[in-house]
Amino acid sequence: MERREFAMVGETMYHEKMENGLNVFVFPKPDFQKGYAFFATNYGGMDMRFCLDGEWHNTPAGVAHYLEHKMFDTQEGNALQDLAANGASPNAFTSNTITGYYFDSAEKFEDNLRILLSFVSVPWFTKESVDKERGIIGQEIGMIEDNPDWKCFMNLMAALYKHHPIRVSVAGSVESIAQITPETLYACHKAFYDPANMTLCVAGPVDPERICEVAREILPRQAGPIAAKDYGEKEEPRAAQSLIEERMEVSAPIFHLGWKGEAPVGGEARLRQELVGELALEVLLGNSSPLYAKMYREGLINQGFGYGYEGDAGYAFFAASGESQDPEAVREAVAGEAARIGREGVDKSLWERVKKGAYGNRVRGLNSFEHLCVGQAQAFFSGYDFLDFAGLYDSITKKEAEELIASWVTPERAALSVVRAKEEGRRD
Amino acid sequence: MSQVTHRELFPGVWLRTVHTNKFKSSYLSLTLLTPLSRETAGANALIPEVLRQGTSVHPDMEALSAALDELYGGAIEPMVRKRGETQCVGFAASFLDDAYALKGENILEPAAGLLCELLLKPYTEKGVFSSEYTAREKANLIDRIRAQINDKRIYATRRLAQEMCKYEAFGADKLGDEESVAAVTPESLWERYQELLRTARVEVYYSGSAEPDQVAEVLARALDRLPVNEDRIDPGCDVRMTAGPEPIVTEEVMDVSQGKLALGFRTGGLTCWEEEYPALYMCVAVFGGTTLSKLFMNVREKLSLCYYASATLEKMKGLVLVSSGIEFDKYQTARDEILDQLEAVKRGEIEDWELEGSRRILIGACMAILDDQGRQEEFWLGQTAAGLEEEPKELAARLERVTRKQVAAVAQRLELDAIYFLKGKGA
Repeated sequence: MERREFAMVGETMYHEKMENGLNVFVFPKPDFQKGYAFFATNYGGMDMRFCLDGEWHNTPAGVAHYLEHKMFDTQEGNALQDLAANGASPNAFTSNTITGYYFDSAEKFEDNLRILLSFVSVPWFTKESVDKERGIIGQEIGMIEDNPDWKCFMNLMAALYKHHPIRVSVAGSVESIAQITPETLYACHKAFYDPANMTLCVAGPVDPERICEVAREILPRQAGPIAAKDYGEKEEPRAAQSLIEERMEVSAPIFHLGWKGEAPVGGEARLRQELVGELALEVLLGNSSPLYAKMYREGLINQGFGYGYEGDAGYAFFAASGESQDPEAVREAVAGEAARIGREGVDKSLWERVKKGAYGNRVRGLNSFEHLCVGQAQAFFSGYDFLDFAGLYDSITKKEAEELIASWVTPERAALSVVRAKEEGRRD
Repeated sequence: MSQVTHRELFPGVWLRTVHTNKFKSSYLSLTLLTPLSRETAGANALIPEVLRQGTSVHPDMEALSAALDELYGGAIEPMVRKRGETQCVGFAASFLDDAYALKGENILEPAAGLLCELLLKPYTEKGVFSSEYTAREKANLIDRIRAQINDKRIYATRRLAQEMCKYEAFGADKLGDEESVAAVTPESLWERYQELLRTARVEVYYSGSAEPDQVAEVLARALDRLPVNEDRIDPGCDVRMTAGPEPIVTEEVMDVSQGKLALGFRTGGLTCWEEEYPALYMCVAVFGGTTLSKLFMNVREKLSLCYYASATLEKMKGLVLVSSGIEFDKYQTARDEILDQLEAVKRGEIEDWELEGSRRILIGACMAILDDQGRQEEFWLGQTAAGLEEEPKELAARLERVTRKQVAAVAQRLELDAIYFLKGKGA
């Protein structure tokens, strides 16, 4: 196995690309009780249209997530229970871009790893079980649709993007999942669950060579074809819609404010855009920025204020969210601060401080095996290594952040999504 | 390996250290433990929020954020927690461990200094808290209290506990209530703060690579302005032995698409202080604490009655709280089925895989505490509040010995005491 040292952050990563195309990454952690394994495919909620063996498929919203739910079924029963009975805490998630299955366990780690690799790579769906799941997922959709924060974020995506599938809920809708059959699930599994489209990331008190041996024992020998994905034509830079509002049961208005950016290219450039994007947000409206202090002082925002950069295939954006009696004023305040930074630049000592702080936060984040393994899986699918950030940090300049703010934080690129309380007696 | 020490720095002021090299960060917390009561909960919850706004040295958020950034982006969060009938207020902090500072800087000492500065050197105006900070944090806390309604799952369990323990301190929320927070003034809050500093039991926690003696020295120095009091209060917890003659039933209507059903049981006086505690812990796990549990496997998976159904244990108070998400018209069926599952546990109808699976999960969870600084701090705060010194590994060893018979015996002591149902409009 290839070994990479990241001395600055005290990490060692082993990597092997196996004969079947699977990339395995291992972070040995001899002092820990529990090991963590993350087995992921480069396939998420937004990969609805794809081409396999020369044929284009248009699948309903929510398939990747539905598939995730059904993968735990095995011919013998249910892998969730097998893992749990071995003392492991298994789970899975589907994001816009990936689907990942994981467990952690202190005991019987290799047995559990065998179970994980096996149930994810061997599909077993019956009409009866697929139909039954519709009720459970329908309930889950009902539950997230009751969540005002989620709704507000999804509305923001719909306002920023005209057609990119990031607009569509990962779980789909009750209507879209009604179309899902065992055949749909088998087709999507075949298209995306090939070892060559997947990665296994493990952290814990484990021997890297043993991890590869277990993977070799369980998984198919040969790499298969991988589907090509399509997200439609390139989005325009401007937001599709500048304001979107909805009424729900909330105690105070909540908002998600976003700015549409340029989709990142792959590899290290993607990591760099993410790091620059995060630092740009810190100096613009982060906890240490003058604007944050001002908005907090004026009661425009409260502690629930959060912000982040996101970017992947075909999209990138800044988003800030929270509760506010006057979300429009938050939008104007940020626009004003971006204009000021455009004129005066970012204060040099603020920049240095924020960079130091963000670096420390990233390093502290490595305490979590989940963070490390999920981060590495996503980074690998994007063409870089998660821990590359440590070496890159020093080279990022204030000018890069200023330029990103100047080009992204503009009125045309901005959209505001607000969820307000229902008014009593009001007729909608 | 990690070593745990617990020592008294000053009367009623304790330091727990966990010496370990496993993590990238050091974890520090500073907690005042005080009896939970409806009268003081709101003001107590407000204190760390107001303190976090500024100190005499770093008078506002900007200055504090700058100081934290200089310490490699350390985080200090105001904390309000409830352990049994103890309200725990203070701060939890995480800093980069000294080993990873880019220029070999010492981070622990200034970090501990900043943490204690927040508690002991507040920013004041006219000898009391700033009126601006107080007003703003009051508004924020009231928003948070109101926002508790947003997550219906947590809301339903909270309402259940409120109704069930209406006449006990436990019924008070850790954040207090809107009215009492609204009534706070900078002067009254200052008085409460002085009272807390003088009377509350103080618990300091450190996990990281520094030697325990060095940590004790640093913290004793950082806390030397704390008032000396030989009689700091150790909060207690009132445990009811039986449920009421009939369960209290509460129904609420809201504009929601999914119903929430919560059931509250008394444990017949069983708590974390009893010999049977590991059996009780296992019993709740078998009943509804894991994905192998009867509630998950039968009520959710087999019968598709609930989107989720789970049980949690309030180990100091002796309560078991069941929480579920259901369709409105399934109220009676879901309720009957949940109670039937408990009856099965009472009869000892527990398969080997259920018993052993639950045991492995609980033991796994005990061991996992050692791998996570935040969880470890939570665990030890709970132990401190309960006056227990048992380590996660010792609890794991006791769990190994629990038998099916003991689980059933403990289940037989569970009595339904309250039901809460949240349904949609027109349901």
